[in-house]
Amino acid sequence: MKRIFSRTLAHGMAFIGVALILVGCARVPDDAAMQKLQQIAQEKIGATGDFLTQDFDPLAFLTTWNFNNLPTEEREKYYKEKILPDGTMLREYLFYIEDKEIEVAPGVFYPAWTYNGQVPGPTVRATEGDTIRITFDNRGGKPHTMHFHGFHASSMDGSAPDQLVLPGESFTYEFKAEPYGTHLYHCHSYPVSHHITRGLYGAYIVDPKVDTRPKPDRELVMVMNGFDVNFDGSNEIYAVNSRAFAYAYDPIPIRTGERVRIHLSNMLEFDPVNSFHLHATFFDHYDTGTKMVPDLFTDIIVMGQGERAILDTTFKEPGMYMFHAHVTEFAELGWMGMFHVVDDPGVHE
Amino acid sequence: MNEVQCDSRRWYWWIHILVPLLAFGGLVWVFLQHGLLGVFEADIPPIENLMIQRITFTPEHIVLHVFNDGPEPVTVAQLTVNEVLWQFSMEPTITLEPLERGWVSIFYPWTDGDPLSFTLISRNGVTFEKDIDVSFLTPVLDKVHIQTFILLGLYVGVIPVLLGLLWFPWMRRFKENGYSFFLALTIGLLLFLGVDTLAEGLELIEEVPGALNGEGLLLIGILLSVLILGSVSYRTEFAVQKFGGDTRSLVWGYLIALGIGFHNLGEGLAIGSAYALGEVALGGALVLGFMAHNLTEGIAIVAPMIRHAFTMKRAFPHLVLMGLLAGGPTIVGTLLGGFAYSPVVGVLFLGIGSGAIFDVSFDILHHMAGGRWKSLFTLSNVLGFLLGLLLMYGTGILVLL
Repeated sequence: MKRIFSRTLAHGMAFIGVALILVGCARVPDDAAMQKLQQIAQEKIGATGDFLTQDFDPLAFLTTWNFNNLPTEEREKYYKEKILPDGTMLREYLFYIEDKEIEVAPGVFYPAWTYNGQVPGPTVRATEGDTIRITFDNRGGKPHTMHFHGFHASSMDGSAPDQLVLPGESFTYEFKAEPYGTHLYHCHSYPVSHHITRGLYGAYIVDPKVDTRPKPDRELVMVMNGFDVNFDGSNEIYAVNSRAFAYAYDPIPIRTGERVRIHLSNMLEFDPVNSFHLHATFFDHYDTGTKMVPDLFTDIIVMGQGERAILDTTFKEPGMYMFHAHVTEFAELGWMGMFHVVDDPGVHE
Repeated sequence: MNEVQCDSRRWYWWIHILVPLLAFGGLVWVFLQHGLLGVFEADIPPIENLMIQRITFTPEHIVLHVFNDGPEPVTVAQLTVNEVLWQFSMEPTITLEPLERGWVSIFYPWTDGDPLSFTLISRNGVTFEKDIDVSFLTPVLDKVHIQTFILLGLYVGVIPVLLGLLWFPWMRRFKENGYSFFLALTIGLLLFLGVDTLAEGLELIEEVPGALNGEGLLLIGILLSVLILGSVSYRTEFAVQKFGGDTRSLVWGYLIALGIGFHNLGEGLAIGSAYALGEVALGGALVLGFMAHNLTEGIAIVAPMIRHAFTMKRAFPHLVLMGLLAGGPTIVGTLLGGFAYSPVVGVLFLGIGSGAIFDVSFDILHHMAGGRWKSLFTLSNVLGFLLGLLLMYGTGILVLL
C-alpha cells in the first residue's frame, strides 16, 4: 500500500486536481462564515485545559529566595542566617533530593528529579563575601550533587565522580559567595545532560557588597527550561519556571514606573539557544550580572545553555505585555507569559 | 435403565466441556481478588498506545480519528500541530479505554496544500504522532466526489480490463500450443498479481491496530477465499463436466475475473484512501500507468476461453460481465477508500484477493498438468509464464514512474 502512496507522491495534480478544485469551491463557506471560523481558530492557540495540581506556584517562585515564602518556623528547617564577627553572614541551607512527578503543562506530568520537591530548585541568594553552607541529603534513587557556578574550592565543586553523593548519603557544601552576579547551580552527576533535563537546577544570586546600579522596586527570578516528556532527546514542552504558559494563565502583576529587575538564566537542555524578548518596552542588560553598568539596551537577548543575565526594565503604560522566547517555536510550546501592568501614580523613578 | 445411562453420559459430556472453563473462571476470580502475582507487577512506565487513524479537514477545522491500541487507558492532555501547542476538544472524553475510539476536534488555521504534523501528548508524556503530506479539504459524500471516485475507478479498473478483453478475437486464432502458451501467460500474470496483492496486504498491516492482529486478518482472508473457492470448484466440477469444456472455461473466466476483482478492490481502496488522506496527488500519469497495468488483466480472463468454439454472440455478454466483475470492484474500492477507509477492511480484502488469485492459478495449473506435472515445462509454457510476469512487471514500472 505504501508503495502506491510513494509511487504517487511524485506526481503533480492533474487528473483529479481539477475535480478537487471544483469540489473545493463548492464546499467553502461564505465570506462571513469563513471570517468567523478564522477568528475562532486564531483564539485556539495555546494549551488545552487548566493545571490540575497546586504544589508549585510560579508567581510565588518569582520572588522567593532563601525560602522567604515560608513561615518563620517552617523556614528555619531549610534556612538559617547568622551575622559573623567580620560583618558577613553565615547562611545555612538544607537541600534534599526528591524524585517527584511534576505538572509541566496542563494535565501533562513529568517524572522529575528535584531539589526540595520543586523545579527549578529553591533560589539561593547571598551578599558577596557571605558564607554559604549547604547540607545536602540525597533522598533520591540516583547519585546526585550540587554544583555551583561561582568561586569555590575544587573539593566543593560537586562534579568529579568521587564527589557524587550516593542515595541515602549526605554532604555539606561550604564556600564564600563570590563573585557578585546572577548565577546558577545544578546537579553534575553523570550523564549531566540527563540530570539537568530531569529538573536538577536552580538560581544562585550573589548581590554586590557595594551596589551603584539603580535600585530595583521589584525583583523576579526566571529560569528558562524545557521538558523532554517522552524521553526522545528533544523537548516537547518549553517554559520559564517549568510550567508551560504559567504567566499567561496568571500574568505577573507590575505597576507603571516600577523598576523591574529580572534575574534570568537559561537551563534549557538539548536546544543550544534560548532567548528572551519583551514586548512594548526595552531593558538594560547586565551580562551575568557581574558589572555595574549595563552592556546592552535592547528588547531581545539570546542565551546559550547555562548563560544568565540581569534585565532591568520599566513599563510606562498600563496594560498586558507579552514576553517570550523569540525562538518562536519555544514560545508556542509553552515559553510565553504576560506582565499585567496597572497604573500606580505613586511610584516614580 | 438405558435412558438413565444416556442421561448420565450427557451429564459427563457437559462436565467435560465445562471443567476447564470453570477452572479458568476460578483463576480469573483469584487474580481479581488477590491481585496479580508479583512477577507481573513490574514498576515500569505505563504502556500507552494511541493510533491517529484518519484526519479530516474542513475549513479552519481538523478532526483526528484516534483509537486506543494499547492495554492501558490513555488520557490525552495536550496537542501540538507543527510543534505548536494548540487547544482541542475531544469526544467522548479525553480518556480512552483500550480499544475505544475517540475524535479530537481542532480549530486550526491550516493552509491548503501544506504538510502538517500532529502530536498528541498523554498525561504521562507519551507522544503519538501522525504526519500529513498534503492537507486539503476532505472529500465528503457529495455528488461531485462520488462522481470523482466512480470516474477514477472506471478509468483505473473497468475500462482497461474491458479493453484487454478485446484481444479475445485475436487470441482465438491460436490453437493447442498457443492456448497452452496463453494459459501459462495467465498464470504468470496471476502469480504476479497475487504476490503484489499479498505484499500490499502485508504493508497495510502496519496501519492496523496491533490489538486487531492484521497478520491474522490477512491469513483469514487468504484461507477464506482459497477454501471457499476450492470447495465451490470441487462441488461444481462434476456438474461442469456434464456441460463440457466450454462451461469449464467460462467458470475459470469468472473465477479469474473474481480474483482480479478482489485485487482491484484492494487497489481501489489504496488509491481512494491515499487520495482522501492527502497522502497522494493523483496525476494523469499515474492513472495512465494503472490503466496499462490493468489492461493485461483482460488477457488473463479470456485466455482459458480461446480454445473453445464460442460464437462471438455467445461470448460477448459473458465477456462484458467478466469485465465488470474484474474491474467494477475498483469503483467500490475507491469509494470505500475515499469515504470510509479502514485498514482493517483493507487487509481482509487484500487477503481474500490474493487467496482467490492463488487458488485460481493453481486450478488452471492443475488442469494444464492433467496429473503429469513435469509436462508443464514445455518451452512455450515457460516462455508464456515468464512473459506474463514480465508484462506485469513492465507495466508496473509505468505506475512507479
